[in-house]
Amino acid sequence: MTDNNELIRLSAAALAEKLAAREITAVEVTQAYLDRIAAVDGKVHAFLHVNADEALAVAAEVDAIRAAGGAAAEELHVLAGVPIAVKDLIVTIGQPTTAGSKILEGWHSPYDATVVERLRAAKMPILGKTNLDEFAMGSSTEHSAYGPTRNPWDLDRIPGGSGGGSAAAVAAFEAPLALGTDTGGSIRQPGAVTGTVGVKPTYGGVSRYGAIAMASSLDQIGPVSRTVLDSALLHQVIGGHDPRDSTSLPDPLEDLVAAARTGHVEGMKIGIIKELHGEGYQAGVENRFNESLELLKAAGAEIVEVSCPNFKYALGAYYLIMPSEASSNLAKFDGVRYGLRVLPEHGPMTIERVMGATRAAGFGDEVKRRIILGTYALSAGYYDAYYGSAQKVRTLIQRDFDAAFAKADVLISPTAPTTAFKLGEKLNDPLAMYLNDVATIPANMAGVPGLSLPGGLADEDGLPVGIQLLAPARQDARLYRVGAVLESLLEAQWGGPLLDKAPSLTAPSLSDSSPAASTAGAASSHGGSH
Amino acid sequence: MTDATLSFEEAMEKYDPVLGFEVHVELNTKTKMFSSAPNVFGDEPNTNVNEVDLGMPGVLPVVNKTAIESSIKIGLALNCKIAERCRFARKNYFYPDTPKNFQTSQYDEPIAYDGYLDIELSDGTMFRVEIERAHMEEDAGKLTHMGGATGRIQGADYSLVDYNRSGVPLVEIVTKPIEGAGSRAPELAKAYVAAVREIVKNLGVSDAKMERGNVRCDANVSLRPHGRERFGIRSETKNVNSLRAVEHAVRYEIQRHAAVLDSGEPVTQETRHWHEDTRTTTSGRAKSDADDYRYFPEPDLVPITASREWVEELRATLPEPPAARRKRLQADWGYSDLEFRDVVNAGVMDEIEETIAAGATATVARKWWMGEIVGRAKNADVDPGQLGVAPATIVELNQMVEDGKINNKMATEVLDGVLAGEGTPAEIVEKRGLAVVSDDAPLLEAIDAALAAQPGVADKIRGGKIQAIGAIVGAVMKATRGQADAGRVKELILERLGV
Repeated sequence: MTDNNELIRLSAAALAEKLAAREITAVEVTQAYLDRIAAVDGKVHAFLHVNADEALAVAAEVDAIRAAGGAAAEELHVLAGVPIAVKDLIVTIGQPTTAGSKILEGWHSPYDATVVERLRAAKMPILGKTNLDEFAMGSSTEHSAYGPTRNPWDLDRIPGGSGGGSAAAVAAFEAPLALGTDTGGSIRQPGAVTGTVGVKPTYGGVSRYGAIAMASSLDQIGPVSRTVLDSALLHQVIGGHDPRDSTSLPDPLEDLVAAARTGHVEGMKIGIIKELHGEGYQAGVENRFNESLELLKAAGAEIVEVSCPNFKYALGAYYLIMPSEASSNLAKFDGVRYGLRVLPEHGPMTIERVMGATRAAGFGDEVKRRIILGTYALSAGYYDAYYGSAQKVRTLIQRDFDAAFAKADVLISPTAPTTAFKLGEKLNDPLAMYLNDVATIPANMAGVPGLSLPGGLADEDGLPVGIQLLAPARQDARLYRVGAVLESLLEAQWGGPLLDKAPSLTAPSLSDSSPAASTAGAASSHGGSH
Repeated sequence: MTDATLSFEEAMEKYDPVLGFEVHVELNTKTKMFSSAPNVFGDEPNTNVNEVDLGMPGVLPVVNKTAIESSIKIGLALNCKIAERCRFARKNYFYPDTPKNFQTSQYDEPIAYDGYLDIELSDGTMFRVEIERAHMEEDAGKLTHMGGATGRIQGADYSLVDYNRSGVPLVEIVTKPIEGAGSRAPELAKAYVAAVREIVKNLGVSDAKMERGNVRCDANVSLRPHGRERFGIRSETKNVNSLRAVEHAVRYEIQRHAAVLDSGEPVTQETRHWHEDTRTTTSGRAKSDADDYRYFPEPDLVPITASREWVEELRATLPEPPAARRKRLQADWGYSDLEFRDVVNAGVMDEIEETIAAGATATVARKWWMGEIVGRAKNADVDPGQLGVAPATIVELNQMVEDGKINNKMATEVLDGVLAGEGTPAEIVEKRGLAVVSDDAPLLEAIDAALAAQPGVADKIRGGKIQAIGAIVGAVMKATRGQADAGRVKELILERLGV
């Protein structure tokens, strides 16, 4: 039996091996994570709901099957018994699904999302539902109606968003794996600022059925983990065609796990996107990015520069398409069939007024901001200028990617322009908040896959920096192939995983400790004044 | 409040009507347009729904392939072009019968467009109605407003919503403006909707029952002074749901518009509600071109591609068009125009065709359906075809009469027995002891008695007044309780009297 503290720090792949070898039990693993959640989530607030009983029951079932042996044990999925956390935008039978919004407080879905069905089929215990910006609208998780999640590296800082809960849960060792959703960077940017791995698959690569839609043409569910291989393992569980999602790709899934296990960069062309670094990017972010380029070059990759001139329009176009689709997707939350219903205090009780009162009370400011923006952009007389033009920009971005991928096998950039900012710092400055997604949005606009992995700690604040890899559509395997190599080169340099340098969260003198050691490429670490 | 109207004749003297129709056809697919829930009419409210139909968070639509096939068939039957690639869009508006608060519909990319339909009016005049488009969409749920006096949402205490209909596949057929119908506009309106209904029924893509809302018509009417090219302002009368009502509603709106125009006021562009009881319309919602549904392409669906091969395969499966079929059948059967129109109006054309196929002559089939069954169906308030008379039954009955086993009067009695579920004609004849008396002895006995009772009549017949024989035949039939063959009785009487 492994000590609890060691158990929770094992990768999902390592857990899977030990479970298969019957060195540990799924109940032990699940209980260790539940204990960790009980110990640290009061500080981190990654979870909105903890699903202890069901998770332990699933774990016990896996243990019983393994103990009985035979064909049933043989047929267990490789991740059977490995626990997972699910972003609370993804519907689950038996647990509430809130989307981080008051308008869905207490709502229970009558059906499971396709990805949840697949987790259940793999017999992965679901630890609970993780916090997010309301309806996944935000880059800091501060827009959750249930309070912000905090960055395990520095509890005064944001964990990124919208999937701050999933990233923080994995970074704080409250879960080995989590599901996220990425519309403009909501998996990758939280991964970057929490020192974890996050993957946005090719659009259509993972079923969206049961992910509460923000922007249907941009949303994609993906894995959150601590290692590249773990993301590949999870991606393999959730990916593949789903007849319930018309935008789901018919192609069979590539062997992503094999890609992550073999890893390969020699002779590959890796393209630096001219427009996605330099000006506007924090110096420490640039430094870590350049280091990664050197490591890849040393490992035999050819570094080339590519230009994507239309990326400068991506953010603007994104903030037309995303709110337009969101304004329509969120129309169903009206108090008529489910969720919150608020009756107007004065005046006649008409259906319009009940809908209005419900939406006024149930939605937060950022959600309202985007609904208003989108409603306006779709209005007659404005449609062509706004939504129509934004769609044209989208085509131009796709062409930029096509041209770039003609020159390079994968593209590389920092995931986010800065490290984690302080809670409240950008809450009243939506534009500054939106700028955080400048490097992640192009992938969503073009439907191409992207992976963020830890690139070290920034010199000036000792906080994690994310490196983003981008591949052509349906070439997700390349991300894992290159990501695994870069990860191993970096970890060799650091002497272990980056998260080893994160504060323990349970040490009594936490408030005085430095969040990061200085060996991870940071010349000094003076961040994290907790 | 009643709106002023002009007489139809006066309205026609002054103005030229322009019509337009939006006909919604509910498809009879097994499942809904975008979900796997059953598409069934008349079940308990909110039982034929799943999470997609209820607009639950996280759900996604999947297009019903059969609905697309049906839509293409409708497009082809309306002589439309079929789009090689088309998309769905979202029509955004808040209303509780639409669970997502948007309707998934086709907007600027309909699956079928640029068609026409040739309509035959009662006197044989042909009138071409141009079809603008036929597009696919989903039906909304059904609202029932409770507690108010009118059944309208205004004044109701609360409303109930049934989502069984939510997501039922619809094809909306939109005409181009129909000009030149003149005083025949109301008749054309009825004939057009009847033709569309007949086409979709003939294609087998809809149950086409107007009383169930399978075919629903919105009728647009505008008037302009004779000789003016520019259209007047139109009204749109919603949900005119019987053929008769379509005719009446168009006529009424023409008369109402004429009165408005005569008063010097502009016609209001609005929707109107049709009231069958008073045969009038009342003002609904003011509708302007500024209605903003914020249409945009449905991002949860991929474009629909209809390959030319597929379209041609579907075209090859189309049944004969109803108008062509009618022409062929009338010629084959040798019915007069009047006889044939009666058959069509009685709704027994298919039944007669089947009866002929089962072995009856065209005359016999018409005699039975028009003479016997249509009346009984009317009394039972059902369609003649729904009475449950098999074509083989009619052939069997007719054969019995021709063989002299039973007479016509008995045959109708046997038919009633069949309808009452007593068995086959042979069984009923047996069970009820019905058989023509074919032994002459009891007939001669009855004839002698009748002649003796009416000596005056016997003398008349002897004197050459053969038509007087009816009184004797009647008496004999009465005496034999109708079981005699009247022809044989006649022969025997004449024989007896030596005529």
